[in-house]
Order: sequence, then structure tokens, then C-alpha cells
Amino acid sequence: MSRTAGQSDRRTVAPARAAALLAGAVLSVCPTVRLSGQDSSVVDRGVRVGIIYRPGVRPGMVLLPGRPAVLDSVRAIVARDLDYSDRFEMITLPGGDSIRLGAAANPTRSSGRGRTGGGGGEAAGLNYPLFQALGADFAVALAQATDTTVVTLHDVAAGGVRREVKKRLPPLTSPDFRLAVHRLADQVLQASLGAPGVAASRLLFVMDGKVWQIDQDGADKRLVSSSDRQAMSPAWAADGRRFAYMEFWAGHGQLFVQDMATGKRAAVVTTGAALDFTPAFSPDGKTLAFSRAIEEGTDVYTVNLKDNCCLQRLTVGRFSDNLSPTYSPDGQRIAFVSTRAGLPQIYVMAADGTDQQLFAPFDYGVTGSSNAPEWSPDGQSVAFHRDVAGTLQVFVLDVRTRTVRQLTSVGRNEDPTWAPDSRHLCFVSDRSGYRQLWIIDLETGRIRPLLQQSGARLPAWSPRLPETAASTP
Amino acid sequence: MRRLPLLVLAGLAAAALAACGGSPPPQTAPQPNADSIAAAERAEADRRAREEADARAREEAERIARQRAADSLAAMGRTTEAVRTMLATMIHFDFDKSNIRPDDAGVLDQKISILQANPNLRIRISGHCDERGSDEYNLALGNRRATSAKQYVVSHGIDAGRIETVSYGEERPIAQGHDETAWAQNRRDEFEILSGGDALRHP
Repeated sequence: MSRTAGQSDRRTVAPARAAALLAGAVLSVCPTVRLSGQDSSVVDRGVRVGIIYRPGVRPGMVLLPGRPAVLDSVRAIVARDLDYSDRFEMITLPGGDSIRLGAAANPTRSSGRGRTGGGGGEAAGLNYPLFQALGADFAVALAQATDTTVVTLHDVAAGGVRREVKKRLPPLTSPDFRLAVHRLADQVLQASLGAPGVAASRLLFVMDGKVWQIDQDGADKRLVSSSDRQAMSPAWAADGRRFAYMEFWAGHGQLFVQDMATGKRAAVVTTGAALDFTPAFSPDGKTLAFSRAIEEGTDVYTVNLKDNCCLQRLTVGRFSDNLSPTYSPDGQRIAFVSTRAGLPQIYVMAADGTDQQLFAPFDYGVTGSSNAPEWSPDGQSVAFHRDVAGTLQVFVLDVRTRTVRQLTSVGRNEDPTWAPDSRHLCFVSDRSGYRQLWIIDLETGRIRPLLQQSGARLPAWSPRLPETAASTP
Repeated sequence: MRRLPLLVLAGLAAAALAACGGSPPPQTAPQPNADSIAAAERAEADRRAREEADARAREEAERIARQRAADSLAAMGRTTEAVRTMLATMIHFDFDKSNIRPDDAGVLDQKISILQANPNLRIRISGHCDERGSDEYNLALGNRRATSAKQYVVSHGIDAGRIETVSYGEERPIAQGHDETAWAQNRRDEFEILSGGDALRHP
């Protein structure tokens, strides 16, 4: 969420010269008070300053403008990644866009404090009080030294450089470029807040019967399906190097495991006549759990992926269906859907199929169908969707207390999938009038569309992607 | 030299016979008889006419036979087409349900008759759902819908091995709308011929 000065919820002090004086006074007396930046609409006259004090807000982050222009794409990607992490108040410098140079450097100079020269983007001599006045806790500068990109993270409150990252980025045209820049953004987040980011992650989803991948910031959509058959239910392996999915063949559903880097795929062993669907990797990547529909009904099975053997049946439904398995991150348990009580609801069992029990509580005869569970990477939650008054809504089950809370209420929302940070969810929603993928941050409630295209569904968010999984042919 | 006098004697005898023969004997070479020629020609013409008539009759018979065969093939084809149409009649389901509706039992009874009349016929039943349910759950629901139709047919004496089932969930809608009319059409079982459907007998 970007913060711009002069918005309606901020007290504006006038006349402007008095405000500027006051700003200086407040700064000198009480440096921890956050001040907003100049209103971009009047910055040229340099007369208006908004002041706001908001305790408990997220740390302010400003991405410094600067040269060279070759870093514009890097700066744009990093700025968006930091914004989409939902952990910062992104501060928009006067001029409207923090990635554009121009007006930003001038207030620095005109303030009469610590002239920096070089547009404020250089590592040395940042005007910390000014950026503190703008509400920034951190400032990130990008620079280019021959073939190396240098990212400098300034700790504004401490008045010094927190960390400097030097990285040789692949050329702009390389398929590895964006992922490498996403990793830089994650390093900035790690260095500033000590939290691992999700910038270097992707999502798989199904559109027009094909499997696609897309960066978490909504860019770089690519086809990964390797056949013309109708595909469903992509699922990542925990190492981020493989994914599994289902394809309709004549009269049955065939599971495949595909290598991300090479695009090569192998059929998972089946009896050849069953409808196998909703694959889910065990966290160690050795086992694939899935649903198998036969005339008797649908049940959860596992197969040994390494040896492509050893089919095991975990549930015996008889007159009910059991499907959509999802492993806990420790590999000990599997949450799944069962119709044993009538409508489908969320159950849990040990990974060997024993100790089956209800997981997400429901009121018999009242609560609607619950489906599509996915266990969060931190193990604390299971996201799923539930029929509420004839439409689907995303719910989150707290694993420890076994309580559920409804996350969405606008439109139809379904098939949630966790980001590797366990605080973002991607799901399908028709809230904009057509079905597309949206991402919500559970901490702030902030929501954004991942795609502007309709028809995307069944998203699967990757783990943090390893370096070597970067390239895709 | 004894043979020479015999030859001479024979020659003399022949001469003597010839000398006392008088008038030469009547010519025995056939004289043309107009009546018999005409008769023969008539006979020949009649024969040819008969043959031609026979050939025409045979051809006609063959043509008729061919026509009859063609007619019966066409009739058979018409029958096959009619039976196929009967077989392809879909059945429909209530939302999130897989039980056979009472009004669809007659449709399934017709399929049972067809399967009984055509013992080589094998079919596939595919279960489908509307778009309202969960995408993946609908695969299980479609499976239930296909299976319940199969169970109905098998419970009426049809060999289970002649019927395959498959589910396409909500992946293959036949009505593209987003209202109850479209949903009702999409909640269905489809029936297709796997083998033995070239010449179907009407039950």
C-alpha cells in the first residue's frame, strides 16, 4: 500500500511555510514521529506539508530513484515485490512514482540538510532525517558497477547502511532475469525485517485446459503443458523443481510428474483404467497422494514416486467419496475431503491412512459443502472453500484450535493456495465480474488481482524457488 | 509277280461294272428346302428371344434382389441409426445428486432393451456436472453419476463388463450459460458406443 502525502485522512497544517517550519521543529524535537511527504500536486511551489502520526503502522520503505536507466526494470520489479510483500508502507516520493527520478532529489537539497549530490541514490551520505520525515524506516538504493548490480539497504532510523548486496544479474532478455531480481527483493526483505519473502516464487494454474506458470507479481505468464489433452490440478513438489498434474485420457485420468527445468514428464503408474486426480506431493517428494475414482467410489491412494510402484489405498469409502489429499509440512498427516457425513467436509488422517477424523468443524444440515483443502507451509492452517448460501467462500482452519474463520465474502471465491510465507493466499474469484486469480494478504486483508484474464483456475503456489529451477525452456 | 494279275483283274472288273451300269445314280447332295430353312430360322430366333428374355428376367431378378438387399440395408441402417439415437439419450440429475430420477428410469430401461437385443454392444457412460460445485469434487460426483446409471443397468441383467464408466466433472459442459437452464442440462450422463454398434437391432 503506497502512502502519498496530502490525502484526506491527514491533518494538513497551513499556511505552508509555517508547516515547513513545524515539520523541521517536530523533526528536531521528536525524530520518531512520522511525517508524510509533500503533496505531489503542489510540490513545485514547495509550500504544503501534511503531517500524520500513525502508531503501529508497518515500517516505511522508500525505493530511491537514481541512475542508470538500465536499472529501471530492476527497480520497478523490486519496488513491486516489496509492495506485494505487504510488510511495508511503500512511500511514494513526490512526483508520484518512487521509481522515477526528478522531484525527489530536489526537496533533499532544498531542505538545507545534508546535501547528498548524485540524486540521493548513492550509498553514501543519504539525508536520513529527511527520509525519516517522509516516514521511511528503510531506503533502498540501486546502483550499477560494471556488470554488477549493487543494492544498498539504508536503515533510516539508525542513520546508516544496513546491508549491501552485490549481484551479477542475467541479461534483461534472459528467462532467468526476473527470478534473479525477485531474489534481490527477497534479500532486501530478509535484511530489513529478518523475514523470508515470496518474491522468488511462481504459481501454476489451469486455463483453457492447459497448465500455465506465472511470477507471483503477475508477470511472465508461460505455457508449461506439454500436450493438447485437457489438464487439471497442478501441484508443486516441495523442492520447486517438479510438479504433478492430471490429464484426461480416453475414459480415465492420467497423472504426470513434470520437471520444471527440462519440461520432461513421466506418467505416474496407474492401473490404466481409473480416473486419478488431485495429486499432492509428500514434503520429502518421495510419495504422491491422489484421488482415484472407480465404480466403488473415490478414495485417497498413495504411490511411491521414486520407484513408480507400490500403490496404497488410504481410505475405503464404500458409500462415500474421499478425495483431495494435502500433506502437513512435516509429512505426518493428510487433510482430505470426505462425504462420509453426507456433504463433503474436511477431514484429517495420519499419512498411513489411520486415525481418520473430522478436521474442520461444521453444523450438520446447516454448513454447506467444504472442498479443496491446502495445508499451509508453516503447518498452522488449512485453507479450503465452503458453500455459503449457494456460493463458495474461502475459509481458513486453525489447526491447533480447530476453529474456522471465513476469509472472503465478496462474490464467489474458491480453490485457495498458500504462498510460501503462509500469510498470502491465491484463489479464484469472480468479484470483478469474471473468474480470475486474486491474492490476499491475511495480515492486512489487502487483496490484488494476479491476472487480468478470465478463465484461470486451480492455482498452485510454488515453494521458494531454488536457484537452479530458474530457467524454463 | 503274282500280285500283278490280281490288280489287272480288279481293274477289269471295275471297268465291266461301269460298262453295264446304265444311267448314273441320282445325286445324293441335299437340295435347299425353303420351308425347313424358314422353320430353322424361326427356331433360332425363338431360341435367341428366349435367351434374351431369360437374361432380361435374370437381370431383372438380380436387380430386384440387389434393390431388395439395398433396401434392407438402408432399413437396417435406419434401424441402427434409430437405435443409436435411443441409446444416446441422456439422463439428468439434481444438483449435487447422483440418484436416478424416476422419470429417467424409462430412458435407462430402453437402453437395457437395446443391450439385450444387441449382445455384442459395449457402451461407455460418462458423468458430468454443472459449474457450481467444486472443480475437483465434481470429478468424484460425475463418477457417482456414471456409476449409478451403470448399476441400474447391471441390476437389470446386463453384464457389467459391457459397460465402462468415466467422469468429466464440469470440464465438458454442453450448455454454456450460467443459469439454472444451462446447469440442469449439464448435470447429465452421456452414453456412447464403444464397440458392436455397426448394425443394431431394434429391441
